[in-house]
Amino acid sequence: MTLLAVEDLHVSVPTGDGRLDLVDSVSYAVGEGRVFGIAGESGSGKTVSVLALMGLLPRGASVTGEARFAGDDLIAMRPSRLRKICGREIGLVFQDPMTSFHPMLSVGRQLTEHVRYHYGTSAQDARARAVALLDEVRIPDPEAALDRYPHEFSGGMRQRIAIASALVCEPRLLIADEPTTALDVTVQAGILRLLDRLRRDRALSVILITHDLGVMSAVADDLTVFYGGRIVEDGPAPEVLQAPRHPYTRALLDALPHPELERGSVLRGIPGPAAQPGHWPTGCVFHPRCDHAIEACRTEEPPTIVDGARRFACPVDPFRR
Amino acid sequence: MIEPGRPRSRAPWPFLRFLGRRLAALVVLALGITLIAFVLTQLVPGDPALSALGPVTSADPEAVAAYHEKWGMDKPLPVQYLTYLGNLLQGDLGISQLSHQPVLDDLRQTIPATAELAFLSMALAILVGVPLGIIAAIRQNRAADHTLRVVSLAGISMPTFWLALLALYVFFFRLNWFPGGGRLDPGVLPPDQITGMYTLDAVLQGQWSVARDALHHLVLPAIVLAAFNVSLIMRYTRSAILEVVNDDYVRAARAKGLPERSVVLRHVLRAALPSIVTVLGLVFANVLTGAVLVENIFSWPGVGQYAYQASIELDLPAIMGVSLFVAIVYITVNFVVDVLYGVIDPRLRLR
Amino acid sequence: MTTAPTPTPVVAPPVAQRRRRRGPEVLRRPLALIGLAIGLAWFVIAIAAPLIAPYDPLAQEFELFQPPSRDHLFGTDELGRDVFSRVIYGSRLSIPLALLLVALATLLGGVLGALAGYFRSWVDPVVMRCTDLVFAFPAIILAMVVTASLGPNIRNAVLAIVIVAWPAYARVVRGLVLSLGDSEFVQSSRLLGSSSRRALVRDILPNVAGPVVVLATLDLANAILLLAGLSFLGLGAQPPDPEWGSMVAVGTQYFQYWWMGTFPGLAIFSAVIAFNFLGDSLRDWLDPRGASRDRGRGAQTP
Repeated sequence: MTLLAVEDLHVSVPTGDGRLDLVDSVSYAVGEGRVFGIAGESGSGKTVSVLALMGLLPRGASVTGEARFAGDDLIAMRPSRLRKICGREIGLVFQDPMTSFHPMLSVGRQLTEHVRYHYGTSAQDARARAVALLDEVRIPDPEAALDRYPHEFSGGMRQRIAIASALVCEPRLLIADEPTTALDVTVQAGILRLLDRLRRDRALSVILITHDLGVMSAVADDLTVFYGGRIVEDGPAPEVLQAPRHPYTRALLDALPHPELERGSVLRGIPGPAAQPGHWPTGCVFHPRCDHAIEACRTEEPPTIVDGARRFACPVDPFRR
Repeated sequence: MIEPGRPRSRAPWPFLRFLGRRLAALVVLALGITLIAFVLTQLVPGDPALSALGPVTSADPEAVAAYHEKWGMDKPLPVQYLTYLGNLLQGDLGISQLSHQPVLDDLRQTIPATAELAFLSMALAILVGVPLGIIAAIRQNRAADHTLRVVSLAGISMPTFWLALLALYVFFFRLNWFPGGGRLDPGVLPPDQITGMYTLDAVLQGQWSVARDALHHLVLPAIVLAAFNVSLIMRYTRSAILEVVNDDYVRAARAKGLPERSVVLRHVLRAALPSIVTVLGLVFANVLTGAVLVENIFSWPGVGQYAYQASIELDLPAIMGVSLFVAIVYITVNFVVDVLYGVIDPRLRLR
Repeated sequence: MTTAPTPTPVVAPPVAQRRRRRGPEVLRRPLALIGLAIGLAWFVIAIAAPLIAPYDPLAQEFELFQPPSRDHLFGTDELGRDVFSRVIYGSRLSIPLALLLVALATLLGGVLGALAGYFRSWVDPVVMRCTDLVFAFPAIILAMVVTASLGPNIRNAVLAIVIVAWPAYARVVRGLVLSLGDSEFVQSSRLLGSSSRRALVRDILPNVAGPVVVLATLDLANAILLLAGLSFLGLGAQPPDPEWGSMVAVGTQYFQYWWMGTFPGLAIFSAVIAFNFLGDSLRDWLDPRGASRDRGRGAQTP
């Protein structure tokens, strides 16, 4: 069952003169109970594409396309109705737990205000629920934690609290935007295990955004790779990671420090700077950095090639088996 | 209990240290002011005893000698200054050359009149200025913001004394909605002094008609005095909000699906509050500045008038008294602002 | 107008796109334009006052208290003088004096602030405690006391306002010098053997100019207000000088003859708002994100 189906999503923002395209013709589907990974470098449009769904882009941003969430189009719906779905049906965890909490409001207040608003829950009930969730995300002494302030917790703890906050309304979809990037490696693993466990316990769908393919391989069921505001490849995560079909995915994997890699092999970074909005190259957006580019890549937009459950936007297909 | 708790004082000592530093600053400042005032007294020609005692008493050489003795005027300057400080510490600010009364008594009468005016005017300024600032910020770069910007610039460009004149002309002379000055109508007896603020005292004593009359006299000068501060508070509020409105936690509040109203009022405004509170010190200074001019026009017997008369007549003990009062107000306001920071922002409570 | 960039979370618009704009900066800022126009108009009026004013501002030759008419655009006052001519001549006092005292305050505050920021050691605390002392008073009360003890006339009023105004410059300049003094290019020029004085004059001062110009423009507005306020209280210009503040003061004594106070007040207001428009736009332009907007001591005025 598909919970969220995004179809032909375009996002652009106004600048001094003209508009700047951030996301271009993006389509994907998130299955119920699955972890859907979105990978890509910064500026690739991965965060913008989900913020757009939740109506969280700044004023003036234009969002077109379709995003059916449990049948309703998030993009076409009135903002007031979208707000009711956000927080209640869709929970969002931000990248940096140091900045995503209001510094002057208590943890308890920030964990309960949306439950109370969406469900009209009494203060006591909301508090009880928050305590249960804090316990579930392994915050010690949850009762006392509610009366404390965000700055009294470490980054890892805060991110657990942020996840609890996103889950307190029992959403069907959790969107986690680089939830571990700002954290220590040791803390990262804990957060990922937590996400995985919550997903199983609650039949939760998760969109996990990260630039780190190592993280992806640990938890993602499906994987889509963004580059230059477009999807360059997607499919079941193990297949994509085992045998990437797009040169960009390949390059990302090569740039990954890999424990299974034989000793002495050199880490390879991707040559050249990542494409940035406003400077999308013509043709295939990846061609200036691509080892396999041919003449056509410079001028023609690559078609999307479908192979079973896999899709990729590279007609050259240098890694075909 | 979901509301953020009252500030729990986890560490009382840092707070005491902070208090101590503030008090030390007050003492240093007060010393500086007394020194300046003392130097001024030396610059002004003539025998202060003569002007202080008035023409009748100063004819008596013994009274003049006693005055000289008390203020150490036959001794060298540093000793004179110390004598002066000693008298000051005993609450003796000297005798006003103008009223021939102890300066302390004069201040006791004039300060409440100004306080009444200042409090009402500040309340008005905050109640109008903060909401307008919020509107300007959330409508940034749109018509409402541009309009409010022009209005606020006009507000800080308007000479207070001119605004007072226009207000008097329209609302007293033409429309006769408000009285033309003074604290009470002629023939109305002031309430017994409790705080010295007529409106409050009358209410406390249940004298409703007096309270009404006092309030009636208070409204026009308070509005005139508020005009400048409305603009100032509006501008501070706007920029304070714009500084935090794109912060992550604001977006997080939206992502939680909270209605925009509560995102702005509970999250954004709360985060902007410390910067808005900062302006209060400035607002207080403006109220005192404006009071000099507004009290002059509205015949309001407050500290502003007193300071003005004292300056014109070079009544040095009175000038000193007012200066010390102003410095104490300044330090107190800054202290209150610092404490408010701690109340607003839990991160500062531990320091 | 305010050109705060659209807050996009992800991108800075490419430089090439940002540059492509039409016309000089000032044309896209209507407030700056209006402010400039009014300000220049007052300069011209001040210079050409004898040509513009229909009568001698001091001549007491008309019927008293005439309301505005074709002969007397702003009416006549309690001594039978033409209010319009007096307002025109008033610009000859307010505008140049405001310029003069802001220049003096900038010079005094700038030099002390630069010394404090550059040499630190004992200079810094002394200068800063002096600014604290001045800031402890509402501007007008201090100015009032100083003018009164020096003797009420316009020269002493100007002096008093300079005393009140310099600390703002000292603080701004000190702050900038402190932050610049640690910056790399100043350090490197020191390494290259520039003397302290040369470093101060050549490397630091040019970088301080922008914020000081903004402050000075806004301060021109405050200076006009404060000067008018002191004159209003009888501590500045003395009769029969046609000074705007003292004209309003006389107007308050005869406020049934509204024109006597209204027009001089309007003159103050227009001159002040001109510099406020200009200063505010200038600040926006130099600091588009508005980081320093409305910060610092801000305006303090009668």
